[in-house]
Amino acid sequence: MLLRHTTPKEIDRQALTINPAKTCQPIGAMYAALGLHGCLPHSHGSQGCCSYHRSALTRHFKEPVMAATSSFSEGSSVFGGSANLVQAIDTIFTVYNPDIIAAHTTCLSETIGDDMTQIVSKAHEDGVVPEGKHVIYCNTPSYVGTHVTGYANQVTAFVKFFSKATPKKRNVVNLVAGWMEPADMREIKRMANVLEARTIMFPDMSDVLDAPLDGKHHMYPKGGTTIPDMVATGDSKFSIGLGKYTTEDACILLDNKCKVKFEVVDIPIGLKATDRFITSLSRHANVPVPDAITDERGRLIDFIADNHGHFYGKRVALWGDPDTLIPLCEFLVSMDMRPVYIVTGTPGKPFDERMAAILKDIPEVKFMSGERADMFRMHQWIKQEGVDLLIGNTYGKYIARDENTPFVRLGFPIADRAGHNFNPKTGYVGATNLAIDILNALLDHRDRTCAEEKFEFQL
Amino acid sequence: MGDKKKVDLTTFKDAVLDKYPKKVGKKRAKAIINNDPDNMPVIQANIRTIPGIITQRGCTYAGCKGVVLGPTRDIVNITHGPIGCGFYSWLTRRNQTKTESDQDANFIPYCFSTDMQDSNIVFGGEEKLKQAIREARELFNPKAIAIFSTCPVGLIGDDVHRVARQMKEEFNNEVNIFGFSCEGYRGVSQSAGHHIANNQLYKNLIGNDDNVTPKSKFRVNLLGEYNIGGDAFEIERIFEKCGVELVSTFSGNSTVSSFEQAHTADLTLVMCHRSINYVAEMLETSFGIPWFKVSFIGAQASAKAMRKVAAYFNDPELTERIEKVIAEELKIVEAARQVALPKTNGKTAMLFVGGSRAHHYQDLFEELGVTTLSAGYEFGHRDDYEGRRVIPTIQIDADSRNIEEITVTKDEARFKERMTPDVLKKMEDALGKDEVEYNDYNGLMAQIGKGALVIDDLSHYEMEKLIELYHPDIFCAGIKEKYAVQKMGIPLKQLHNYDSGGPYAGFQGAMNFYNDIAMMVSTSIFKEIKAPWEREEVVEASYVY
Repeated sequence: MLLRHTTPKEIDRQALTINPAKTCQPIGAMYAALGLHGCLPHSHGSQGCCSYHRSALTRHFKEPVMAATSSFSEGSSVFGGSANLVQAIDTIFTVYNPDIIAAHTTCLSETIGDDMTQIVSKAHEDGVVPEGKHVIYCNTPSYVGTHVTGYANQVTAFVKFFSKATPKKRNVVNLVAGWMEPADMREIKRMANVLEARTIMFPDMSDVLDAPLDGKHHMYPKGGTTIPDMVATGDSKFSIGLGKYTTEDACILLDNKCKVKFEVVDIPIGLKATDRFITSLSRHANVPVPDAITDERGRLIDFIADNHGHFYGKRVALWGDPDTLIPLCEFLVSMDMRPVYIVTGTPGKPFDERMAAILKDIPEVKFMSGERADMFRMHQWIKQEGVDLLIGNTYGKYIARDENTPFVRLGFPIADRAGHNFNPKTGYVGATNLAIDILNALLDHRDRTCAEEKFEFQL
Repeated sequence: MGDKKKVDLTTFKDAVLDKYPKKVGKKRAKAIINNDPDNMPVIQANIRTIPGIITQRGCTYAGCKGVVLGPTRDIVNITHGPIGCGFYSWLTRRNQTKTESDQDANFIPYCFSTDMQDSNIVFGGEEKLKQAIREARELFNPKAIAIFSTCPVGLIGDDVHRVARQMKEEFNNEVNIFGFSCEGYRGVSQSAGHHIANNQLYKNLIGNDDNVTPKSKFRVNLLGEYNIGGDAFEIERIFEKCGVELVSTFSGNSTVSSFEQAHTADLTLVMCHRSINYVAEMLETSFGIPWFKVSFIGAQASAKAMRKVAAYFNDPELTERIEKVIAEELKIVEAARQVALPKTNGKTAMLFVGGSRAHHYQDLFEELGVTTLSAGYEFGHRDDYEGRRVIPTIQIDADSRNIEEITVTKDEARFKERMTPDVLKKMEDALGKDEVEYNDYNGLMAQIGKGALVIDDLSHYEMEKLIELYHPDIFCAGIKEKYAVQKMGIPLKQLHNYDSGGPYAGFQGAMNFYNDIAMMVSTSIFKEIKAPWEREEVVEASYVY
């Protein structure tokens, strides 16, 4: 057994987190910053933060993840990191020439109280920010919230630094993308195109973290929301936030700053969440839903109906981020599956409320969010009563092997399989992909474990 | 071995430095040199990285918790800090471990953290840490618990060492508990973390258990081997075949009790000099166990390492057994080498990784007929480049001064003189004077060719420039560099985690490496980068009637 020390006996833990279902803020900020075109993320703290975040993102995407660090020493930790950041800005613009540096803080720079506004204005005074270039920043203390919070803070910073309202509104809908894969963003943009809706997506990691191999390393790949587009979000007539935890703050700020009304919907994972997204986009972009989209929906319904017997009643354990788990659980329920154990390390009431509503007909359900809502706890629940399927990031493979349970990889990080940044899980097409993954995992397991006399040609 | 490839590398420095801000360029100039083994130049190393330059380096915590203590399976390693540091060092280093039975402790698949919140930052985190230790004991009942400090811990004044002492008392000394002041900002790289880890290993574990039943007359420690991809398993196999007992490995596939008995060995072999030379010296000072630099990376290097063991123990039977094993193994290895050689011979490589790997892997590349054009460490010191003879001339700066220096004295009761001028003389006669490396390490620059580019703490910009100017056939670095290099159409072999390959140590490992490099330099897909319509030779279409 790999996790041989995990037993069903729970204790009332007050302090120890074991096998977390979350990580820290700055990595979220780094990921989001890669969704701006020509942007180099910058980690204001010890070298290790930047190194760890780049490594984690790289393992997941199998793509270059470029970012710089302020390389704090003991001295900077005592006297403040101002000199480090100013020097970093100078070095970065001189050597790497980005259009934007997106700096985020760390637990180190937050604990010593570095004032980012002051430091960046000093960089301007010192003349190390060339004409036409930008240094934006956000506060991402690692001891508050999680990677999800960091992502939200970075996206909000985009609005703070770039969005601008001119007197003339444009017939454009902003799509504020929550934490999802580049392929998911690409799929959402494709659907918007099919609807002939005019949209601006931000952040946008497609063509950044799924870039082609062309014989050159492009520090700034062709994807990412451009500065003119980011500025123009202030003139859009509406914003749709995809994922409450990751995009609501940005939507609110855009409303306050530029009077762009908004609606926050779930990330369109699964049937109903996609229904709501398409309905919202159709209404606010003032475009009809073409048959092509209705057909995609129909194919999803067809697939689920054809294979319903394999889905029905299956008990599922899930871990990950609220914005993913909420629509995902709803999707499983719509296939008559039973999400029974769900944990997220990201704290917040909305998760608990939505889960209670979505899972109201599953009395045996256990879900938990925030501190110590970790994978160890979820595994203890599984030890108490098993499940038929696991859905989550790569850390689940240890449970999957120990418990001999089918496993679908979804979330962050996925370090042992490839292709998740290519194969969308959003929209009706993505939901079909997901349903296929689930079905194959269940049937592969059945084929591998059933008695010989029960092994069948057709399933 | 193979055909040497000659490339003029002297123009690189000028080509690359121009781009930097003036002050930055001046600093980088000292870290970029063209080697001359006969008149060894001074290289700048173990110096602060310039902010913003895009470095390969990580932090002190990573070196301490991730590298040195990570591979030991039966310690509950609690990260005291916000959740990130514990999360990122959770199963990300490929240090494999194998327990003797299913009942034995193995905490490597687990991540333990105090997950500090803002209230802990404001009011202090010691109470939460204590409670976390109580819970760890209740749930896991480990022999040992280690506490690793992250950046905010030092800043808010949490004393992890005091907490460790108090909790040890609370548990009536039934659990060995110790802390590490390995806050990320403490040093200029992971290297500071190695040093901090070494100190605490010595203070808290080494020498705790005198109760050993020797399995062999020949008992050795292997230091600086972390069982990435199963390297330690292969080295264990070789030792066993030769009838040599491996008392402890620091720290691949290790346990608490192996550390506690390390002082009972008669010989210490040092693989990664950078990360563990401190423990080697402590074992010699306290207990009289001499240490020698070896490498098990490369078939010839592995043979050499085993011959060093034979020469040290100077026992005819052992020597005969070792020679027999070497002959047997090399025969199989040579066959594998001949298969790979046609694909690899005459190719060029660059190695930028770690604090010893950029040196060690040159042996394997030599066996493949591959020339190392350029190499450098991520966190090496000058002695890792120029040899330990330069240690007295290295200036101690503020960044090194804030690492605790512990006083190590002779353990009068247990010290045993093993190394005499006579033993050394015999070894020198058997191996050649330069090859013994007793208490010594000759460094990377003694091996890499004349004129080769040696660059410390390579920046991303310099890496791109190296590739653009010299087009190596293979580039060796880590995960952060991998896909940027491969976008340029050049395969990158990760030498931190071996991609998903390995072991590469020992004889079996050499064969794996030959195979993997032959595979990588013949990657077909890189030839297809240009689409047919992008190729110059595409003939213009003409109408056919």
